[in-house]
Amino acid sequence: MSSRFSFIYKFKHATKNPARIPGLLYAGGELVIGKLQQHRRELGLSLILLICSLISLFVGVADISIFDIINQNTEKLRLVFISRIPRTVSLIIAGVGLSISGLIMQQMTQNKFVSPTTAGSLDAAKMGILASIILIPASSMLVKALFAFAFTFLASLIFLKMVESIRYRNVIFVPLVGLMFGGILSSISTFAAVNLNIVQQMNAWMMGDFSGILEGRYELIYVSLPATILTYLYANKFTVVGMGQDFAKNLGLNYRAVMNIGLFCVSLTVSAVMIIAGSISFLGLVVPNIVSIIYGDNIKKTLPFVALFGSTFLVICDIIGRLVIFPYEIPIGMMVGVIGGVIFLILLLRQR
Amino acid sequence: MRHHRNIFVLLAIGLLGAVALFMSYDLGRGWEYALGLRSVKVSAMAIVACCVAYSSVTFQTLTNNRILTPSIMGFESVYMLLQTVIVYIYGDQTFKVLNSFDNFMLSVVCMIGFAFMLYILIYRKGKDNIYLLVLIGLVLGILFHSLSSFMQLIIDPNDFFIIQGKMFASFSNINKDLLGYSAVIMVVTLIIGFRLTKYLDVISLGRDQAISLGINYQRMVQIFLVIIAILVSISTALIGPITFLGIMVTNLTYELLKTYRHSLTIAACCLVTAILIIGGQFLTEHLFHLSTPITTIINLVGGAYFLYLLLGLKKI
Repeated sequence: MSSRFSFIYKFKHATKNPARIPGLLYAGGELVIGKLQQHRRELGLSLILLICSLISLFVGVADISIFDIINQNTEKLRLVFISRIPRTVSLIIAGVGLSISGLIMQQMTQNKFVSPTTAGSLDAAKMGILASIILIPASSMLVKALFAFAFTFLASLIFLKMVESIRYRNVIFVPLVGLMFGGILSSISTFAAVNLNIVQQMNAWMMGDFSGILEGRYELIYVSLPATILTYLYANKFTVVGMGQDFAKNLGLNYRAVMNIGLFCVSLTVSAVMIIAGSISFLGLVVPNIVSIIYGDNIKKTLPFVALFGSTFLVICDIIGRLVIFPYEIPIGMMVGVIGGVIFLILLLRQR
Repeated sequence: MRHHRNIFVLLAIGLLGAVALFMSYDLGRGWEYALGLRSVKVSAMAIVACCVAYSSVTFQTLTNNRILTPSIMGFESVYMLLQTVIVYIYGDQTFKVLNSFDNFMLSVVCMIGFAFMLYILIYRKGKDNIYLLVLIGLVLGILFHSLSSFMQLIIDPNDFFIIQGKMFASFSNINKDLLGYSAVIMVVTLIIGFRLTKYLDVISLGRDQAISLGINYQRMVQIFLVIIAILVSISTALIGPITFLGIMVTNLTYELLKTYRHSLTIAACCLVTAILIIGGQFLTEHLFHLSTPITTIINLVGGAYFLYLLLGLKKI
């Protein structure tokens, strides 16, 4: 069978094989593609991402075409460097960061329905930002980020503790608990916001939106890059940790340390994205699941795919959001929330 | 049995005491007027208490756990989305165009319609996993929530306060006519509901046991889900969202009453909820002079209790 056919065969097989249906993680992963093929696919996906990013550079209210750049039109070049490039770069980084955070959380809890959205992390980050605004009214972006990070880390710890105490229950029960946990956190923030009369403003800040990104106001998002690299190095360890404390210790792993590194990476990424853009729900949940349906569960191999898919997905959603009601914009938080939510529902209904 | 009777007597005395205190405290000169206002409040609280108690206990039995409440299934998001859409369309004309009775009926119909769509979607697919049902309801709820928060962003800040008023359950400004309608719907639903409690006793044994004891499990679950949908819709449309109240009152009741007979648990839970709301309202309104409605405080306390339950301090 030629490689193309074997890919199609595997795709069909993968979607029909119950073991690959989300909700059931199985150890090992049976991704049997050669190195060359893997590279070819990564290259293909990167190309798609590149094309989308290029499109993203030229979509917007100000009419900028590729000729302006060739002709060195200073006015338009400045616009590209101040607004379009930062926006596209932060879209890509946020997409990579959030989808990989989702993947780590899924590995650590061995549950495919866990992600920053379904574990209350997003709500915790919101709460952190609100707390920083209340406690230190003139706080800088860095202080806000620190608050968001601390809250997210703590909430993730609590969530993992909860998952431990309900581990052997229904797969669907875990995200349910996480979503309720998030609901409680957000009801506390809303309560605080009502007393300060800032509900509408708070919702406006927290809605994921890349339109306000300008040079000098987005650099904090680079903080999530080291976390992403760390994730790549630790990928396999997270899987082992997800199999339980005893199992991990038997294999000679420092359970606590690896767990904390995982939480650290996730919290760092989530809070950085939250500060820069706002909340983008369901991305971390949907992307790893789609990748796992197509490419399997060997995360050392699928990690690049998750990253590429996540960023492409985010860039495309942002482009659509910019075009639908041009010259206005639909915030990406809502675009991804709706599209991702629908995909999540489909995944739920498909699983047996 | 004797023990149970004592508890019921105590609860009844507690409720009477709470009502008496709430009605008579610091009446002042215009006592007829104040009494009228307060009796409307008390009746609203009683209706909400019964709705929350029956729906929460039943829902927890169906889902076989102690940490869920039916309102998380998206009812409240549907309600908020509807309110946001109405304000979005009519702006500050909202109160002119839509009186509170129309709004109430529209809300109830939308919420019940949503629940039916959800049930049909799941059961058509041949799935009878109740957790799946709840999770899908919850995810739909989040979708509606993000839609409504997007609309809230582009609403005039002055009009936004109309929505903000609906975000938190409150017992003030309740329309008397609504009270009558909701009382009628609730009583009819509860009469049917209480006749079915014996099936709940069997369902609590677990799905397989219930089936082998000759219960049409799926049909019974569906009937209870419909009852829950009606009760939650009434209470939400009447006063607004109170998500976590159910968790607290059911668990309090389970602590008081160690029985598996649902007719007893539900009745006791109604009393507990009523005492909690009326007593709490009395404390915040007259003693602490807090402007925050009691339901918000209950929501926070209930949420904290949920965390306590989940962190394994208590077996779930």
